[in-house]
Amino acid sequence: MVRGAMRLGCIDADGLAIGLMPGMTLADARAREPDLRVFETDPHADQDWLERLCDGCARYTPNAAPDGIDGLMLDISGCGHLWGGDDALAADAVERLERHGLRVRHALASSPEAAHALARFPGPPAPDEDAAVRRLPVEALGLDPDSAVALRRAGLRTVGDLAARPAAPLAARFGEEAIDALDALLGRGHRPLAPRRPRAAVRIDRRFAEPIGSTAYALKILEDMAAEAGDRLAERGEGGRRFEAIFFRSDGLAFPLRVETSLPIRDAPAILRLMRERIDALSDPIDPGFGFDMLRLTVPQAEKLAPTQLALEGGEARREDSVAALVDRLSIRAGRARIQRLAPRDSHIPEQAQLALPAVEPRAPEPWQQLGDAAAEPGDPPMRPLHLFDPPQPIEVMALLPDGPPHRFRWRRGLHDVTRYEGPERIAPEWWHASDGAIAGDAIGRTRDYYRVEDARGRRYWIFRHGLQGAETPHPAWYIHGLFA
Amino acid sequence: MAESIPSLAALRRHIASLDRAPARDACVRFATGHGPLDAMLGGGLARGRVHEVFGAGGEEGAATGLALLWAQLAGGNAPLLWLRSDGAARIGGLPYGPGLAALGLDPARLLLGAMPDDAMLLRAAVDALRCPALGGLVMELRGRAPLLDLTASRRLALAAEASGVTALLLRIDGAPVPSAADTRWQVAAAPSAPLPGNAPGHSAFDLTLLRRRAGPDGQAWRLVWDTERRCFGDVGDERHGDGRDRADAAAPLSGAGLPLPADRSAAGRAA
Repeated sequence: MVRGAMRLGCIDADGLAIGLMPGMTLADARAREPDLRVFETDPHADQDWLERLCDGCARYTPNAAPDGIDGLMLDISGCGHLWGGDDALAADAVERLERHGLRVRHALASSPEAAHALARFPGPPAPDEDAAVRRLPVEALGLDPDSAVALRRAGLRTVGDLAARPAAPLAARFGEEAIDALDALLGRGHRPLAPRRPRAAVRIDRRFAEPIGSTAYALKILEDMAAEAGDRLAERGEGGRRFEAIFFRSDGLAFPLRVETSLPIRDAPAILRLMRERIDALSDPIDPGFGFDMLRLTVPQAEKLAPTQLALEGGEARREDSVAALVDRLSIRAGRARIQRLAPRDSHIPEQAQLALPAVEPRAPEPWQQLGDAAAEPGDPPMRPLHLFDPPQPIEVMALLPDGPPHRFRWRRGLHDVTRYEGPERIAPEWWHASDGAIAGDAIGRTRDYYRVEDARGRRYWIFRHGLQGAETPHPAWYIHGLFA
Repeated sequence: MAESIPSLAALRRHIASLDRAPARDACVRFATGHGPLDAMLGGGLARGRVHEVFGAGGEEGAATGLALLWAQLAGGNAPLLWLRSDGAARIGGLPYGPGLAALGLDPARLLLGAMPDDAMLLRAAVDALRCPALGGLVMELRGRAPLLDLTASRRLALAAEASGVTALLLRIDGAPVPSAADTRWQVAAAPSAPLPGNAPGHSAFDLTLLRRRAGPDGQAWRLVWDTERRCFGDVGDERHGDGRDRADAAAPLSGAGLPLPADRSAAGRAA
């Protein structure tokens, strides 16, 4: 929906042939062609697809990046000879992409910008790159439409016309970016490509003459590769914290598998076990299709890991038995954020006094002080509950005095008579953060008076009155914030 | 028919050998610190076994506290894993580090696992029980938990026996079903011995032994957790015993003399 109407976003060649234009309303288009087949635009799915294709292009060069929303940019410097020349490489890439039903236009140039422009504004063959670029229309500069129209009005139709002019008046009229774009197109400036994949510490590729049709066999080969990666890491005295295996399918798709460990490892069976966990956790299994023709294992993140001595007979505990291995396995299967460790946080607002962090992230254990009050002696009953409700749950409280201790309260349809209580423990909002300590709907936090109460059946609760009666609110509300053991 | 008798005896012998009875006798026990309870169990609860802890709907605090404290006593200084499902976190609140620390459990040694459903939870639990470096495992299941049948609990029990990790199966608001657990307990909060000024005192638990694999059951105790000595004690040996009124602390005495509800055995002996 754009400006209250369904509009066409992208149109295929047949649509263009009958005169449809991007931005046209759907009603107009339907009037022209009643049998029009339309699909809702899904930019995220398009982006995902582009990124998968980009991952697939890692077979040609490690430096591949998505280009805009509809292009791929490959830096093939020094890669062409592996394929028998740059043109052969390009032909192979185009053929692979066309197998997906894509319409592909490609161009080879010495700068990313020139390649981008040449692929999008095809013209007749030119003797060399410079001539081809000079022949491009001014729209290829990628300026805003008004500037392009203004350039055309001034009689400057091609990049070559523009390049023949002195730069200063152009900059004064169309801004610095026009000059920058011109320089980039002509290969005068240098803008590096931001590859989608950063350089990995260790990278191992296996190419196969015949595609492998079985995932189990591919995993066996992956195990050999993991052993090789482990040897390479051992030479450097390192272990991997993250591992990534990419299965390249012969039709150009790539399946990445990523695992993360809480401690650096370089043990091939352990790596493979984590990979298998990852495969089990996938919602749709890896489909070999017509087979994998290449496997790649990379270690994007490595950390120091001292060489281990081989276990003497019955000596060292196996790593597989350690808690770190368990955490890795569970985190991979259930999701990274599901296995957590609690970390203290320096705040006296109860719900902000702790953080739940993923357990795979290594972290120095921090000491937990006995919170509550400084006067708590070792041997006092706990001043803080075992379970905390976040947000606190509202309760109905009867108190003998408006600012007195609770006498009876109702929570989850049950009535609780308070037989013992301790309090109030007053916790003021953090005035230096205006909105802290606020419960939904409040602009600013209020003072809380906490009571530790026990009901007639011996259940212990942590409840508080929100706001000072009279000073902050006429009718303070009560909340239950925690359960004691 | 005559030849079936020796084969029946052989079958019995075979089944007896499968049941691993010798291993069960030689299990290590950990003491809770409460004299009569430990004496009754022959030195405390068994390590490397599954113990079921049942708590009614409103008794999450007491039941969870007891399960965590037992897991800690079983595991010593090794890390604990507390597995719960997303639903439990929604209803029962989040584990709170300062509160754990105040109770004498080190939050830095506690791993929390929030699983999307019970099936994932049980799978993760079996994996965790195969890891001997773990000190103890607390599995929190809410409601009926139909997935936890005899097969599932037997799987847990075998994994626990093999690795020696003690598993506390915390059942909130659930009904006992046949299981391979070593012991089964019903837990409820008990009124604490008040501190001066009628403040709530140390955490107290009413404990009933619903079922035990080898030995009599049905006894009830009242346990008090001593945060300083890090063990359970009796209601009597309280530090702050001087200034309190003994009116309500006197009624339920510890030991096996408590009146038991008449329908207890029917529910407890389901297995």
